[in-house]
Amino acid sequence: MTFSKLSTIGATALGFQSALGTAAAAQSIDETVNQAFANSTGWFVSLIFAPIPGTSFPWIVMWLVIAASVFTIYFGLVQFRFFGHAIRLVKGDYSDPNDAGEVSHFQALATALSGTVGLGNIAGVAVAVGIGGPGATFWMILAGLLGMASKFTECTLGVKYRNEYPDGSVSGGPMYYISKGFNELGLPGGKILAVLFAVFCILGALGGGNMFQANQAHAQISAITGDYPGWITGLVFAAVVFAVIVGGIKSIARVTEKVVPFMGILYVGAAAIILIINFDMIGWAFGQIFAGAFTGLGVAGGMVGALIQGFKRAAFSNEAGVGSAAIAHSAVKTKEPITEGFVSLLEPLIDTVVICTMTALVIIISQQLLIDEATGNYMLNEAGSAIATVDGNSGVALTSAAFASGISWFPYVLAIAVVLFAFSTMISWSYYGLKAWTYLFGEGKTTELVFKIIFCVFVVIGAAASLGPVIDFSDAAIFAMAVVNIIGLYFLMKIVRAELVSYAERLKSGEIKAFDS
Amino acid sequence: MTVKITVGLDGTETGERALTFARDLASRMEACELIVAYVIEWSPFTFQTPEENATRHKRREEEIEIATSRVVAPAVKSLQDAGFAAKGVVRHGDVAETLNRITVENGASQIIVGRVSNDGFTKRLFGSSTQNLVMHADVPVTVVG
Repeated sequence: MTFSKLSTIGATALGFQSALGTAAAAQSIDETVNQAFANSTGWFVSLIFAPIPGTSFPWIVMWLVIAASVFTIYFGLVQFRFFGHAIRLVKGDYSDPNDAGEVSHFQALATALSGTVGLGNIAGVAVAVGIGGPGATFWMILAGLLGMASKFTECTLGVKYRNEYPDGSVSGGPMYYISKGFNELGLPGGKILAVLFAVFCILGALGGGNMFQANQAHAQISAITGDYPGWITGLVFAAVVFAVIVGGIKSIARVTEKVVPFMGILYVGAAAIILIINFDMIGWAFGQIFAGAFTGLGVAGGMVGALIQGFKRAAFSNEAGVGSAAIAHSAVKTKEPITEGFVSLLEPLIDTVVICTMTALVIIISQQLLIDEATGNYMLNEAGSAIATVDGNSGVALTSAAFASGISWFPYVLAIAVVLFAFSTMISWSYYGLKAWTYLFGEGKTTELVFKIIFCVFVVIGAAASLGPVIDFSDAAIFAMAVVNIIGLYFLMKIVRAELVSYAERLKSGEIKAFDS
Repeated sequence: MTVKITVGLDGTETGERALTFARDLASRMEACELIVAYVIEWSPFTFQTPEENATRHKRREEEIEIATSRVVAPAVKSLQDAGFAAKGVVRHGDVAETLNRITVENGASQIIVGRVSNDGFTKRLFGSSTQNLVMHADVPVTVVG
């Protein structure tokens, strides 16, 4: 229902374009889109983020953390026991040379990472630290470490139950493993859950994978060029996305896929330089992180506020338990589905434990967050909803300001990085959304085209709407995927354990061994 | 005893010259088998889009089919027609490493390749595949100019 309503808004937004003339008119269009969007998605957001009765703790955050903890225990700390093995798999030590030319573990991991590394690591962390204080970082790291087990579970299943078509192409993901896995175990309801997942995946693709990206890309660009209507950025982005996913201009996507890792390294490098310059403050920053994690240091909601923000933004950034990565990882060439599970557990580590933490440290060290010197606590802004910052920045602007305090010209590089990350995430999610769409409506040129056009329309809406409603809807849609996916994972995890036990035994006995290079 | 020689082709004229040289060499030997190899340059450490990954297996098959039908099969046929023992191999991978691997796997005692492979910037940065092969091969390498 939400979906059909949103489509109507999309059509309305596009219908307005011809009437655009003055800047004032343009601003009011942004406002109209924003209001209509907030009104139509509010109930969905409220449902997903409803607090556990008697507390202020959203049930969905608890849902993700419990799942990650269950998988961590059930698989006996798989993320630590098989960490070294995962690295060797990515290096190709266990890859059959006769499979050269197929999708390698590294390629599957890199593709999945380029879908998750992006604005979540830059803007999302700023939101977490801006609202939840430095303490949110502690919970974010913990969520990242636990999330490795969720990712392991879903990606193993993704490969095991993927569809392989006669022409050799593959489709995988939660909708396939839930329906096939449930059938195999003789459980009812697999098909219903799979359809539900596909619906939420489409919403997630349009929300977090699209509107949030367009929105923050616009925020970043307009911070440098000066304010201008969001729909302009939206149209430009939509045109490029359209050229790639509808026009099939693969060169743009290929160039992006090659530039994005470079930007990622540049980003981490810049953060590392700032941390090295401020080496003496790292100890203090970690002190703030630990103190904030358990006391809140005056943030809205105290310790629980820090915890909620940390877990929320970690999940939004690394998508562990959401099921999206299972779609990306399922293309790998391997005889052992579980090997891709091992490889995928590196994803939350790189994404959250390393990159997100670096962003958080830079923000904390740059002292963009205002501290009340009398109490040592953080000062809240006028609305009391977030920590007051030096220039009142939030989201990606806060990260940008933090980097600028160390490297003055870095906001320009960051702007380019944000735009490219946003774009590559959109391309990845357009694929995830498309897979869910074709699962529901069947493969075919026309049905695919319909989804792709809807996807492009939402780019414009995302860029025009303001951050609040967009981020709420994006979170809600992505977490809704996790609701269904994790139910599926609970029922199917014994299949993964059987694979794990068998693989571990064969690895120990020497039946599975590295190929000589 | 049959002497086995690997001939690395790259679909260019220099590859053809390598083949001619190998054929000449083989004609002077009593028993010689020529292994005609074509390596499709590929690395497991590249970045690809989800669509590329999903259709990779299909494209790999197509690449092997094209290399076989356009380069390797005609070469093997011409050698066999001329009375030589020959077989073709098409693989993906790093050119130098894979040619060497094919040679070792087949028990060949020599590799013959053409001189040119990469050009310009890549060559300056990483050296050509031929240079790499000469430096790292387990058997003697003949480079035909």
